[in-house]
Amino acid sequence: MTTTLVKKDGPAAVAPQPTVGSHVRTYLSRVRGGDIGALPAVLGLVVLCAFFAIQQPTFLTAGNFANLFTQGAAVALIAMGLVFVLLLGEIDLSAGFASGVCAAILANVATVRGYPWYVAVLAAIATGVAIGALLGVLVAKIGIPSFVVTLAGFLAFQGIVLMLMDEGANISIRDDTLVAIANRNLSPAIGWALAAVAVAGYAAVQLLRHRKRSARGLLTDPFAVVLARIGGLALILGLAVYILNLERSRNVLISSLKGVPIVVPIIAVLLVFWTFVLQRTSYGRHVYAVGGNTEAARRAGINVDRIRISVFVICSGMAAIGGIVAASRANSVDPNTGGSNVLLYAVGAAVIGGTSLFGGKGRVLDAVLGGAVVAVIDNGMGLMGYSSGRKFVVTGVVLLLAASVDAISRRRAAATGTR
Amino acid sequence: MSATPLLELRGIDKSFGPVQVLRDVALSAHAGEVTALVGDNGAGKSTLVKCISGIYPTDAGEFLFDGRPVSINSPRDAAALGIEVVYQDLALCDNLDIVQNMFLGREKRSGIVLDEPTMEQMAAETLAGLSIRTVKSLRQHVASLSGGQRQTVAIAKAVLWNSKLVILDEPTAALGVAQTAQVLELVRRLADNGLAVVLISHNMNDVFAVSDRIAALYLGQMVAQVKTADINHSQVVELITAGRSGNLGLPAEPGGNGTGAAPADTIPGAVR
Repeated sequence: MTTTLVKKDGPAAVAPQPTVGSHVRTYLSRVRGGDIGALPAVLGLVVLCAFFAIQQPTFLTAGNFANLFTQGAAVALIAMGLVFVLLLGEIDLSAGFASGVCAAILANVATVRGYPWYVAVLAAIATGVAIGALLGVLVAKIGIPSFVVTLAGFLAFQGIVLMLMDEGANISIRDDTLVAIANRNLSPAIGWALAAVAVAGYAAVQLLRHRKRSARGLLTDPFAVVLARIGGLALILGLAVYILNLERSRNVLISSLKGVPIVVPIIAVLLVFWTFVLQRTSYGRHVYAVGGNTEAARRAGINVDRIRISVFVICSGMAAIGGIVAASRANSVDPNTGGSNVLLYAVGAAVIGGTSLFGGKGRVLDAVLGGAVVAVIDNGMGLMGYSSGRKFVVTGVVLLLAASVDAISRRRAAATGTR
Repeated sequence: MSATPLLELRGIDKSFGPVQVLRDVALSAHAGEVTALVGDNGAGKSTLVKCISGIYPTDAGEFLFDGRPVSINSPRDAAALGIEVVYQDLALCDNLDIVQNMFLGREKRSGIVLDEPTMEQMAAETLAGLSIRTVKSLRQHVASLSGGQRQTVAIAKAVLWNSKLVILDEPTAALGVAQTAQVLELVRRLADNGLAVVLISHNMNDVFAVSDRIAALYLGQMVAQVKTADINHSQVVELITAGRSGNLGLPAEPGGNGTGAAPADTIPGAVR
């Protein structure tokens, strides 16, 4: 019995409370040991931004900054869902066209049948959930490798989009709310208010955790590090909101264009929500466990099949949301919505952000960081006037680079024993 | 040592199709004692453990837990009784830290949120109770631990759940000398803390170092269960390889030499 065991000498791990210095050193040794997390994505983002800013001054304008968000939103949202599937070491190749099917359903319900926007959104998400459940059952219960199941889905969903679109026609989205998702901005005041709420919320969570842990005598991150994190978030959010609140319209007399794009809070809310699910609930813990060692998870009494199905449901559900955003941005849905590069960009985003293709490692934030890298490449090269062909090649190379970083850091970690 | 064994098995039979793996097996494990379960490959040790832990149903026989007859039909039943198994291949997740592994599948929550401080504290207390001081931080990933440390975590995980009986399947098989000593010390401490421990091992040195009793399986039959003090090294080896040693074990085969009362060291061909 735990509680009646004789306590011999104090706590097992009598490590001193870490200082800022030791915290930094621990982090550095983790990086050296191959646990690099999102570091390549962040560095890549900085380098890419610097490069494009020098090559093409328009890259740094407020207008282009806002464009980056709306351009990258759909991919980042799909990538968020993919992180769950990748965490199990599975893959969902059908996520792109699943988002296309959901967008087609959205357009069909909203425009063709004339239902209100929320009915259309719910129908689209329900479609995504149903698709995910189907894929998940095929993978978990029948035991077909996810690569094959979702490759079949890739083809079949492409066909379904075509059928829903009457063999090639496109359906425009006219509903004001649906169009607003990717095309309108929050008023500057609301932008500031949301940023303040986000920072305050983050600060509250961090400080409460710090207090709770130190009250129990557990090891805590140094208080300075906690403050630095909060300050860092406040700085980044503040700067972003400030830039997005600048006037972006070429001619203010005709129309004013400023404020945080509406997709930004949508991404932020989903990011916080899924991060909470992965890091703070036992469901999330079980997802990591199944990805790390399926047999251990099974022996611990975790229903592995249910976890496996659920990640496909989450992935396709997020693909549906990505599809809605893509449809909103294009003001229409056509047979190629969710097609061409969408899926590869999304997988690329997740992997570039630091999610491992081998399972067990990754965060939802990775999808957003990786999505930012992909969006910056796409946007920057577009501004420099490169063709789509070159953009694809460069993005492909970056994806390959990210996957090699993943594989190499994994090998290094195995060698140094940190993972 | 208490009079009634914590776990007592009687007449356990288990067949896989035409192959009878366990034949009328009896085993008792006492609280505060380490019972070593020895036997050659294929003798039925792992099958017996899986029967106890509820993974395999038994064909016949009864289980007595604390003197009460019980039926164990699933791992959940076994866990509810306080039986925990530490498997040979560990069953830890490399990508999770020590606390996360110890509570895997049975996380403490407040509402829907994981209660990390409570879990960390309980894990620390359990490790302290077992005088485990070899791990640096409870928040390090299991991947960064040595084999001995991992085994330690796996054992601590089994102890965490108010378990009464801990079954260890070859806990030292993959370990070096120093780490083996560490783990054996821990095994001994479990028993000293009042748990019943069943230790499966191939290593006679380990068996004699920590066990209070030795139970020997030979081709699916329990040939002897004796106090470690009453038996020597070579007798155990004979029990494992031949099923009998002197007056211990199976009755002598008809036409064999003598009545089975011959001293162990006079049996020709005894393996040492």
